[in-house]
Amino acid sequence: MSIKPYLPVIALAVCAFLLPPVLTAAKSAFYLTQLTMSAYYALASLGLCALMGYAGQISLGQAGFFAIGGYASSFIATRNLQAIASSPLAKALDLAGLLSRGTDPYGVALLSLSPWVSCILAVLLAAAVAALIGMPVLKLKGHYLAMATLGFGLVIEKVVRGTKALGAADGLSNVPGFPILPGLVVTGGKAARASNFTISWVVLALALLALVNLFRSRAGRALRALHDGEEAAGANGVDTSRYKLNVFILGAVFAAVAGVLLTHYNGSIGPGEANVMKSVRYVAIVSVGGMANLTGTLIAGLLLNFLSLRGIFGSLDDAVFGIVLIFVMMLAPEGKAFGHSFSSFLRRKGRAG
Amino acid sequence: MPPEVVLQYLISGLIYGSIYAAVAIGFNIIYNATGIINFAQGEFAMLGGMFASSLSARLPLALAIAVAMVLTALSGAVLERVFLRRVARGGVLKMIVTTIGLSIVIREAALLAWGESVRTLPFFTGNEVSSVSFLGANFSPQVFWVVGVTALTVAALTAFFRFTLMGKAMRGCSASREGASLCGIDPDRMVTIAFTLSAGIGAVAGCVVAPLTQTHYAIGSGLAIKGFTVAAFGGLGNSVAAVVAGLFLGMLESFSIVFVPEAYKDVVSICVLLAVLFVKPSGLFGSRAAGALKDY
Repeated sequence: MSIKPYLPVIALAVCAFLLPPVLTAAKSAFYLTQLTMSAYYALASLGLCALMGYAGQISLGQAGFFAIGGYASSFIATRNLQAIASSPLAKALDLAGLLSRGTDPYGVALLSLSPWVSCILAVLLAAAVAALIGMPVLKLKGHYLAMATLGFGLVIEKVVRGTKALGAADGLSNVPGFPILPGLVVTGGKAARASNFTISWVVLALALLALVNLFRSRAGRALRALHDGEEAAGANGVDTSRYKLNVFILGAVFAAVAGVLLTHYNGSIGPGEANVMKSVRYVAIVSVGGMANLTGTLIAGLLLNFLSLRGIFGSLDDAVFGIVLIFVMMLAPEGKAFGHSFSSFLRRKGRAG
Repeated sequence: MPPEVVLQYLISGLIYGSIYAAVAIGFNIIYNATGIINFAQGEFAMLGGMFASSLSARLPLALAIAVAMVLTALSGAVLERVFLRRVARGGVLKMIVTTIGLSIVIREAALLAWGESVRTLPFFTGNEVSSVSFLGANFSPQVFWVVGVTALTVAALTAFFRFTLMGKAMRGCSASREGASLCGIDPDRMVTIAFTLSAGIGAVAGCVVAPLTQTHYAIGSGLAIKGFTVAAFGGLGNSVAAVVAGLFLGMLESFSIVFVPEAYKDVVSICVLLAVLFVKPSGLFGSRAAGALKDY
């Protein structure tokens, strides 16, 4: 077995543990915050890469799934169950260890479902929504598919922006930390900065490992066939609609997990996360990464989000992503339907020069 | 509901329906010539309104609108020549992504040029307080302009595509690119003309509604999705159907605030879009037989 496909996974894992002490020594530990957030955005991009690059289906609704994850988890985790604390249901949940206690900033005692419960419910919700809308949506192709997913993303954005229970324009805040493992909590703050960076990059490495394995399996070959030609893949016995739906759900789950973790890390989520422009960013990142290129998507996702979060692009933030999209499309070699574009273009240029 | 309120809603639906129809017609012209959907379509209406509102400070209104229309039409031609022509051979998805990128860049450029403030145009006749009374409902005379200009545009376009040589050549191109070029038609030129025409019509629509609805750098993407809803609802490529569908969507939106909170108004029309795409992507007036030949 060749180790080459796993090198990016190893590199990520090494960085996860090596970067915090290095950056701390270099007195720039503050970068870790943006690198952590970038990792979660990159995680959502990886999910889209599976859908766009490998299954060949465009989606302009990735931010919708990110928001479903983040909003659902924070909504559930911030419900105060104190009023029904003595009910048999609450007692049973408590016995099962599914409740967590705390106090809000005003000193009011809180009793809520544990973030593990809210996280799992949120991801299941995203998967269910993806399955439900994926069935009709994925029958469409080309601009109809793009418009339908864009419409889905817009609905999610308008709903979270217009719903009082979800905080309307302010979003949800005071989201509790997420104790992933004993002693490891996904939460903001200086003390947890290094450990959270490690958590996020390890999660990203695990997600990448899962995708690398998936695409080297029978399912991966089926997907590649699907990408190259749906009719041909179908004629060769690939159940194309099932594969498309499964990858769509997989992409949604990645986005939802990213949304959950980033929301617990930031302690809040706003309607901006559901913005269609965010979905376009994910598409831009996958395009720059070279479409069917997990490593490329990963690098582009980490780099572009890091620069954007550091404010390098200033007020041109959105414009940069638009320009990136146009240039990637224009520079990509002719004849290639969509895939493998940018990196292979660079490689070819490199060889020619 | 008292009848004058119903009438008021009808008129508001008429205004929005007309602009949706105008944007949808823009989609249709480009779709007919190239087979792609231009996601930057709403940006043309925004540019038209913005150019006209800046120019109207120095020029008489009619001239300002004419110049705004020409400038927007030219930017449509530039988009096609400089960007889209180069990705045209790369397939539909590549062109979609490019037009999405272009719409963002145009919007951000408008933000830089005009800032975040809401702009408007003077009313074409009368002013903001003049109103026409009809069966107890009061509305601005601008409504006549909106409806009249939309009707005139549809009539002119129908005549253009049916009776003029250039219109026939453009239809020939959409039927068969190769066949058309064998007949001595330059397909590339037709595509450029389609973008120019489409951008010009978008600009006119942006100008006539600007006194009523105001204009802003970010209105484009909302108009694009509504316009596409209308175009798909009527059946892509069919401009007369787009008007019917546009008026329907405008009415639906304006009456929807009776049933759902104002904040969800857009959700209603997007649900119409999703329903159309899921149930009958060939559109209300598209034939199933013709639809079967297309790639949805």
